[in-house]
Amino acid sequence: MHELLSGNEAIARGAYEAGVTVATGYPGTPSTEILESLVAFKDQVYCEWSPNEKVALEVAAGACFTGARCLVTMKHVGLNVAADPLMTLAYVGAVGGIVIVVADDPGMHSSQNEQDSRHFARFAKIPILEPSDSKEAKEFVRLGLEISEQFRTPVLLRTTTRVSHSRGLVELADRTPPTREIKFEKDPPRFVPIPLWGRIMRQQVEKRLADLRAFACTSAANRIESGDRDLGIITASISYEYVKEVWPQASVLKLGMSYPFPDDLIRQFATGVKRVLVVEELDDILEEHIKAMGIACEGRSVISGIGELSPLRLTEARAKLDGHAAPALAAAPAADLPARPPVLCPGCPHRGVFHALAQHDVVVTGDIGCYSLGVFKPLARIDTILCMGGGVTLAHGMDKAGEKRKVVGIVGDSTFFHSGITGVLNIVFNRGASTIIVVDNRTTAMTGHQDNPGTGRTLMGQPTNAASIADIARACGVKRVRTVNPYNLAETKAAVAEELAADEPSVIVSVAPCVLKEKVRPGPRRAVAADICKTCGLCLKLGCPAMEGGPKGTQPVVNDLLCAGCGMCQQVCKFGAVAAVEEGL
Amino acid sequence: MSDKTTSVVLVGVGGQGILLASEIVARAAMHAGFDVKTNEVHGMAQRGGSVVAQIRYGKQVHSPLVPEGTAVVLGSLERIEALRFAAYLAPGGLAVVSSQAIVPVTVSSGQATYPTDARERLAATFPRLAYVEAEELAKQAGTLRAANVVILGAMSRALDLNDAHWQAAIEGSVAPKHVAVNIKAFELGRAAK
Repeated sequence: MHELLSGNEAIARGAYEAGVTVATGYPGTPSTEILESLVAFKDQVYCEWSPNEKVALEVAAGACFTGARCLVTMKHVGLNVAADPLMTLAYVGAVGGIVIVVADDPGMHSSQNEQDSRHFARFAKIPILEPSDSKEAKEFVRLGLEISEQFRTPVLLRTTTRVSHSRGLVELADRTPPTREIKFEKDPPRFVPIPLWGRIMRQQVEKRLADLRAFACTSAANRIESGDRDLGIITASISYEYVKEVWPQASVLKLGMSYPFPDDLIRQFATGVKRVLVVEELDDILEEHIKAMGIACEGRSVISGIGELSPLRLTEARAKLDGHAAPALAAAPAADLPARPPVLCPGCPHRGVFHALAQHDVVVTGDIGCYSLGVFKPLARIDTILCMGGGVTLAHGMDKAGEKRKVVGIVGDSTFFHSGITGVLNIVFNRGASTIIVVDNRTTAMTGHQDNPGTGRTLMGQPTNAASIADIARACGVKRVRTVNPYNLAETKAAVAEELAADEPSVIVSVAPCVLKEKVRPGPRRAVAADICKTCGLCLKLGCPAMEGGPKGTQPVVNDLLCAGCGMCQQVCKFGAVAAVEEGL
Repeated sequence: MSDKTTSVVLVGVGGQGILLASEIVARAAMHAGFDVKTNEVHGMAQRGGSVVAQIRYGKQVHSPLVPEGTAVVLGSLERIEALRFAAYLAPGGLAVVSSQAIVPVTVSSGQATYPTDARERLAATFPRLAYVEAEELAKQAGTLRAANVVILGAMSRALDLNDAHWQAAIEGSVAPKHVAVNIKAFELGRAAK
């Protein structure tokens, strides 16, 4: 039976079919849907959203030590967070198979950087599998688990946005139930990397890498597709699919298992063709290695490593390689169209916090989540973004450096649990005075509403403790902790003003559920009375997509379809021109 | 079945139901026995920003991304988004554009202006243009939310998939209680001038 599955759904299906019993992860585009799909099999697979990627990987490592087959999922920057356990798990190795899915985001569709996570395979000295479509995504989970068990190594499975979020036809199969008994076998030299035994593991890692290299040369995941001998293309991941469109005649070495580099296979392929081209997205990892092997090849010379590849970019590369001019497009894109960047949704509770902050000359250190959208005009109330938890810690750093203005950190609820708590602890410990605003919308919103330690519900749908952000802040030693309703602008503005004036650490928890998740309007829709409106534009400063305006002096109009009924526009209007619309009209 | 791959592009604004429309096209092609690949953008791009979904079907499809200048039909759920993504359409391809206008915050905050001559520019850009009152037709079908399926209906005229394929696709993509209204919306779109 065939089904149309995204790469992420296919990975989940692959984990189910291959007998995975423990799956962990932290949401992050483009990886999130893997666990959201896998939890459909919760009777057979334990699934959890962990507070962060490091925790997720460690939980899975523990499970794998008992013999369970495990899957861990995260986005590329999440692997940075999980790098600590990864680097040593590479030494200790696996018992039950463990596949760590890392989803890269070439083109930075939903990410703050464009790192190439393939480096982690080489860094940790572990194998990496790179599916190029949904069919392979499913197959490679099983292959990864088998490699993991055979070679006692964690295995990386790397996707990209286009692999994770493209759908394709996948043949479904039944689940192979796990056969291994779940039991941790005590064996300190095997599981305890104190220097005495760690040095022995270090030797074994190198031996394992050589064995894996030999395996990669014969694995079905790496194959030569013989074609025209004038040009041989070495490629992996989604780039393979573009290569097949742009160079349908060329010989291709398709690398599904791209590290350890299958040197013998690469040499064999290169010997059979006149000219070698390496097509890889982002960094020139393959190309550098192939050149170091003494094999001449093109790659970076015709394809830039910045941004994602596409059939168009490879068509341009082909023209360059052949010495032709690039083909012209059918129609040039219109240059004067108004930009349409993503924005805070109509009714988003974060808007109230940004409105309150806009009343003050302060520096605002932001964080990763929907609230990063507060950087755009007209709100423009985020000044920095670095990484998960950085909103809290950067504020303290600026403060300690002597920044003249008050510094306010903003962090979301899920991000607070992920990496924000240690930052708050640090502010108190090191006698800081920053104000931290936790914008708690009761979910992990940006990635599509996943539960987190504050929501009171697990990924598997069980009720659980809802961790209190205010209690955690108090336990860290913050004396000034208060909760506000961001839809009440007067209350929010007063709280922000008071905490900014305080000369000690403070935490404001702004609590209101995400309107997209609740699917219930927080209030009645609003409308602007044209006869009262003075077109002063104050309501438009909220940056609400439902309040449509135009050039100065244009009468603003509420878009009925979009209005979520938060009522902030009514609160900022000085003339009473905005009022609730009677429901049912 | 020809070896040629058919490319379809859907554009609009996050929240308009592009992903559902894309899924229906893909399922219709699947029911017709084609290999299918689609691509769509999740995450940040869905928060009211411009959104693109791409569907390709044929005997064997490699790239899920539509090469520029190759889409046989470009469907736009918003008036000016079709202009932004015009480069996808093949010469002679059909552009189906909803008359619905959604004013971006960049315009409301005075940083940019919304074209007042969108209709003329569409006509100048697309020799084959179907400008559809999608909201009006969706309302006729029973819900404004089905404007996306109205546009699909109009797009279907340029695609080699039959009624049975579309019907099965709609049934496979929406909840049973919404099937009738979506089929009605599809038919109204297909019949739209």
